[in-house]
Amino acid sequence: MIRYFFLRLAAAVPTLLMIVTATFFLMHAAPGGPFDQEQVLAPEIQANLQRSYGLDLPIWSQYGRYLASLRHGDFGPSFKYKDFTVTELIAQGFPVTFTLGVIAILLALGIGIPLGTLAALHHNTSLDHATMSLAVLGIAVPTFVVLPFLGLLFGVYLHWLPVAGWEARSIRHLALPVIALALPPLAYIARLTRGSMLEIMGAHFIRTAFAKGLPASTVILRHALRPALMPVASYLVPAVASIMTGSLVVESIAGLPGIGRYLVQGALNRDYTLVLGMVIIYSTLLISLGLLVDLLYAWLDPRVRR
Amino acid sequence: MRRMRANSAAVMALYLMAAIFVLALLAPWFNPNSADTLDWAHAAARPGMQGAHWFGTDRLGRDLFVRTLAGTRMSIVIGLAASFISLAVGVSYGAVAGYVGGRADQVMMRMVEILSGLPLVFFVIFLTVMFGRSEYLLFFSIGAVGWLTMARIVRGQTLSIRKREFIEAAVASGAGTPRIIAKHVIPNVVGPVVVYATLMVPQIILFESFLSFLGLGIQEPGASLGTLVAEGVGEMETAPWILVIPGGVLAVLLLCLNLFGDGLRDALDVKEA
Repeated sequence: MIRYFFLRLAAAVPTLLMIVTATFFLMHAAPGGPFDQEQVLAPEIQANLQRSYGLDLPIWSQYGRYLASLRHGDFGPSFKYKDFTVTELIAQGFPVTFTLGVIAILLALGIGIPLGTLAALHHNTSLDHATMSLAVLGIAVPTFVVLPFLGLLFGVYLHWLPVAGWEARSIRHLALPVIALALPPLAYIARLTRGSMLEIMGAHFIRTAFAKGLPASTVILRHALRPALMPVASYLVPAVASIMTGSLVVESIAGLPGIGRYLVQGALNRDYTLVLGMVIIYSTLLISLGLLVDLLYAWLDPRVRR
Repeated sequence: MRRMRANSAAVMALYLMAAIFVLALLAPWFNPNSADTLDWAHAAARPGMQGAHWFGTDRLGRDLFVRTLAGTRMSIVIGLAASFISLAVGVSYGAVAGYVGGRADQVMMRMVEILSGLPLVFFVIFLTVMFGRSEYLLFFSIGAVGWLTMARIVRGQTLSIRKREFIEAAVASGAGTPRIIAKHVIPNVVGPVVVYATLMVPQIILFESFLSFLGLGIQEPGASLGTLVAEGVGEMETAPWILVIPGGVLAVLLLCLNLFGDGLRDALDVKEA
């Protein structure tokens, strides 16, 4: 197991390098550049700009320079947000996006797992049906429809919560975006938990546990839940990816100053360094999460530890 | 089929879905308005009978009923086309990996695993931004992402049938590998493929509308449901119907497709690979 983990760890670096390389060359291969504007610049100015950002160099040496600066954790200067480095831009917005995402995933796990478990234990009752209907709704309806509808209901009509905007450490401003973000993974987790819980409650070792006279709560919490969480663990990476994607639209609808907007805007502006920086941040997060999930597997299922 | 009919939610979903499809196709014939005529006399009109704008109009006076249905049509067309691409790629990839087996299989599936661990959405956003925003590229790039799950399912199915007698018989009668895959393997994995294809369509429609919402999909004056919702969000405090109507249609459409797909899966009792 430990050997396997280190193998994965060692594979993570080349994977990341591959992503960086692919993104780098794709961006540079695309038509247009960061200094194409409606107002055409004089060729001398254009040339000077190109030179100062190193865009006049052959592409291989640009690539080499970029990798060299990455080694010091420097993402380079932004092409569009003058006077800012990409590191600064990301450092400003990241805490907002991160807070949003972490609360959303905790909410999804914290509600999804108990809900799925309850639905499985009360199989074919109205509780079960209600949970599963809610789950279909959560999976089917897109985040960018849920959030404005919630805003319309709780913001515009009921005036309970602000529709959009951001204040540091204000739960009220985060409430609707977090709910909208958490809903799809929550629904999916509830469904997964219910499915695997139903299967495991029929297993022999659960029957044995009951036969020993253990109370139901012990059987469920200590014996059934842990193996039942395996599929949820393997869903964690896609769940976080879906929250990341969702935060792109959620931040723009709710007007939150996160990093979501930089991806689309940066790509539209051909802001090479900014987009690369974003891709690196997102990929690193997902890859390290994947490694964590491997460890989680070992904890959930002792058979993996060998 | 009997089990399918017993699932009332799925049956209702099917009818509702059919109704939306028919409406979307027939809309131009029974409402006098066209999707991009500007009716300045009734800009941002409330839903009602004014100028036959049953669902009201948007900021520019375009009829919302006709526009929503045109958007629905666009979403459905892209959803089906992109699903078809994912299906074609996923099925052939999975069948080859599963049938050929051995090292080739390992390498091919390892690739699928790596790809599905990456934030592919970001890649698609990227491609659409970089290489123009045509509809063709749109469904091509969506299709390119959707094939991964299908490849996995088909591979699993193929593994389970590759040792069966009819394959052996085909090998014995001298059929080549490509022929066996095309004539014997693929036709025998159709069942689960159909089920997962019906579940893939809503995911792809969702993804397309997501891209359109970000302004990366269908461009003005064309519209998909995603573009319409994005327009509506800007107006939601003064003219909520511009948001609620396309948003509601999108939600109902996706819900129906999901319910129908789930129903089909349960009725045919297909296990995930």
